[in-house]
Amino acid sequence: MITLADYLVLSAILFCLSVAGIFINRKNVLILLMSIELMLLAVNFNFIAFARYLDDTAGEVFVFFVLTVAAAEAAIGLAILVVLFRNRGTINVTDLDTMKG
Amino acid sequence: MGFEKFLFYLFAAILVFAALRVITVRNPVHAALFLVLAFFNSAVLWLLLEAEFLAIVLVLVYVGAVMVLFLFVVMMLDVNVAPMREGFIHYLPVGIVIGLIMVLEMGLVVGSDFFDADHFAAVAAHPADFSDTKELGGLLYTQYVLPFELAAVILLVAIVAAISLTLRRRPGTKHQAPAQQVLVRSQDRVRLVQVDSEEKQ
Amino acid sequence: MEQVYLAIVLAPLLGAAISGLFCRVIARSVAHWVTIIGVAVSFLLSLVVLNHHVVGGAPTYNESLYTWMEVEGVRMEIGFLVDHLTAVMISVVTFVSLMVHIYTIGYMHDDDGYNRFFSYISLFTFSMLMLVMANNFLQLFFGWEAVGLVSYLLIGFWYKKPTAIYANLKAFLVNRVGDFGFLLGIAAVLMYFNSLDYADVFKAAPLMAGLTMQIWPGADWLVMSVICILLFVGAMGKSAQVPLHVWLPDSMEGPTPISALIHAATMVTAGIFMVARMSPLFEYSETALSVVLVIGAITALFMGFLGIVQNDIKRVVAYSTLSQLGYMTVALGASAYSAAIFHLMTHAFFKALLFLGAGSVIIAMHHEQDIRKMGGLRKYLPITWITFLVGTLALIGTPFFSGFYSKDSIIEAVHMSHTPGAGFAYFCVILGVFVTAFYSFRLYFLVFHGEGRMDDETRAHLHETPPVVTVPLILLAIPSVFIGYFTIEPMLFGGFLSDAIQVAPDRDVLDYLSHHFHGAAGFALHGFTGPAFWLALSGSVAAWFIYMKRPDIADQAEERAGGLYRLLLNKYGFDDFNQIVFADGSRKLGGLLARFGDAGLIDGVMVNGSAKAVGWFASIARNVQSGYLYHYAFAMILGLLGLLSWLVIQ
Repeated sequence: MITLADYLVLSAILFCLSVAGIFINRKNVLILLMSIELMLLAVNFNFIAFARYLDDTAGEVFVFFVLTVAAAEAAIGLAILVVLFRNRGTINVTDLDTMKG
Repeated sequence: MGFEKFLFYLFAAILVFAALRVITVRNPVHAALFLVLAFFNSAVLWLLLEAEFLAIVLVLVYVGAVMVLFLFVVMMLDVNVAPMREGFIHYLPVGIVIGLIMVLEMGLVVGSDFFDADHFAAVAAHPADFSDTKELGGLLYTQYVLPFELAAVILLVAIVAAISLTLRRRPGTKHQAPAQQVLVRSQDRVRLVQVDSEEKQ
Repeated sequence: MEQVYLAIVLAPLLGAAISGLFCRVIARSVAHWVTIIGVAVSFLLSLVVLNHHVVGGAPTYNESLYTWMEVEGVRMEIGFLVDHLTAVMISVVTFVSLMVHIYTIGYMHDDDGYNRFFSYISLFTFSMLMLVMANNFLQLFFGWEAVGLVSYLLIGFWYKKPTAIYANLKAFLVNRVGDFGFLLGIAAVLMYFNSLDYADVFKAAPLMAGLTMQIWPGADWLVMSVICILLFVGAMGKSAQVPLHVWLPDSMEGPTPISALIHAATMVTAGIFMVARMSPLFEYSETALSVVLVIGAITALFMGFLGIVQNDIKRVVAYSTLSQLGYMTVALGASAYSAAIFHLMTHAFFKALLFLGAGSVIIAMHHEQDIRKMGGLRKYLPITWITFLVGTLALIGTPFFSGFYSKDSIIEAVHMSHTPGAGFAYFCVILGVFVTAFYSFRLYFLVFHGEGRMDDETRAHLHETPPVVTVPLILLAIPSVFIGYFTIEPMLFGGFLSDAIQVAPDRDVLDYLSHHFHGAAGFALHGFTGPAFWLALSGSVAAWFIYMKRPDIADQAEERAGGLYRLLLNKYGFDDFNQIVFADGSRKLGGLLARFGDAGLIDGVMVNGSAKAVGWFASIARNVQSGYLYHYAFAMILGLLGLLSWLVIQ
């Protein structure tokens, strides 16, 4: 039988991979965004696994909302990226330092 | 090891591999495609968890919409990939170390007795006529109707934000102004001119 | 009687307040009348009190009238202790003060600060009365500081004169040194007796007699010695004992009436009064008495020497005051407290007389104070001349004059005393008699006899001073002559002050003297046979011979003993020492502190340093704020990691 722990470990691996992805792809906004999507996926995994093993559909409802927010986030993030590229001609993160104090 | 378990390990392995590739490939297009693969595998695993509706939504919405959007943007933007890889090796140890620490800590949490089979015994599979969609819908439209509305508003805001962010008026382009068309008044359009009739000579 | 005591104190205060607060509004006559009436009321009531206590035999009055505050059982009060000592003191103070008030009308006639001056001297009278009538240490300290304040104001009365400002600053600072000791003494009293009330402290004194304290590790001191020496340091400041005497000669920068009132007759005797009042404490410390004795003896003799070389008429009298204060201190040290108070009283009269006489001369000479420009004034100022002569005779201790009784009894008391240092003190006081006579008659002869050395213009305007000046002189001359004769028996030998003064039986020299006392006249006649009289006589004759008969001797002596002469002119170098060590030293220390402490530590490290530290910290913290989004994301993740670790470890 597949236990809850199996899913949780899988989700943890997924999450750690995405965190490592944020670190090693620090210059590429696109991959950063993808890493975030991956991270949300890991979270969703947890929700669904617990919903299944606790037999409570509320967890799935939360996944639904997370998906919604993730979709909105991806849409806005990409829009910002497009505007950024249009205005500055680059999406290289190292060039985006106008917030420097 | 049952068939189910075999499936789980198979897809889990593919999922981890896909995720690993997402963060390591050089080309963002490839990364996006590997992400699609990861989503597909996740959907399969979710099916194993009997969350059919969400698995389908993941494929439809994520793969069908979000990832396509990603690919669209990646290809639209003429991204010079080379400089973006700078520091990849430099930051690799940091990423690995942090990732390992997290794995360790999560392992401590997940591997604790609290999550073993004794506490969370595998639940029996639902009967064949059980509809996950119906279940979810019942919950979503009753108990969670207000958050659902809220999610709808968030999506609307996201649409508006995305459009307004990317909307660009180029000077010199020809376009209609519907508001002005609607608000037009007859006297602005038609000028009545009094013309004296001429005497017949 | 309570109302009477209150009225004695408050009448001068009222006068001071009216003439002081409205000094720009009221007329001169109002100012002097209101203050004179205030002091006169005070004087008359003092006589009533004196009569009540001395003739009427009323018991000692000791009541607190008002509690200022109470802190952990220590009551801070205003109260009056009226016994024979107080009665004598208030009578003397108010009498001299009244004379000075009247005299001031003439002396300050042309001065712009007329009203202000009257306000000050009335305020002084109030302060002095508070001091002598106090029944607790706090009020004593209040009066002590208040008279110091008025003294400061009056020395610098002509505040546009740089020397006056210098002098009042000097007086203030030197008095601070003394007051520091005094305050420490009061603090020690409070620490060990846990009370500020005289009666409580005196009652507990025998219990404290054997107690010791460690001032620094390994040094056991009798608590009584420490307290008494500290209190005496205060007395040294106020009563101008060596080495805190330096302010008194300089205080002659003030107007002459206050020199008479404050710096001769009353305020400087506050220290003497205080020690006498504290006799129940001093009797338990032979060390302290010995210190008092030696300090007094040094002051008595060596300050007298300085009087010989001075040419300013007021300074000569000032040094004689120092010398006489030394005599009083010697008497205190010899446990002859009554003799000290007795001399204080007689001295108040004849020293006020001498000062006012000097002031009268100064008025006549149009504010010329150099005795080298005087001479032969007896023809022009007959009343001043006679009264000044009376004062001089009283000062040098001519038998039957009041000064004789008090001074001779001090000399005899020291002779009998066994306190350590008494031998030295006896030598000083007996030699001091000769010196006193010498400088007193030098002054007298140079001013009133011989040829006039003033310029013709001054000579043409010389005439006797107005009655407001001469009447106080005459009124002061009367007690200068007679008061000793009439009061020696009750004051010294009649136990008159025994309600205030306690003397250990084995040290009671006056009691010993009383066995040989057979009436005031006999005492005076006996004086003719003592060494003191012959020394005084020889001093007078020497002065006459040197300054009248053979003036060239003085000049020769000046040349021959040039080193000694300069030493005396430099006042033994006390002023130079203070100037170099304390004034310059503290200025340099201040400069040092300003450079390192203020500029370096406070400005540099604290003010600029904190700004720099903030700047430095900000310059480092600014690096954190790189503006790169991913840095912020990193920080977020690291924070998440930390939080997670914390949760897991928990």
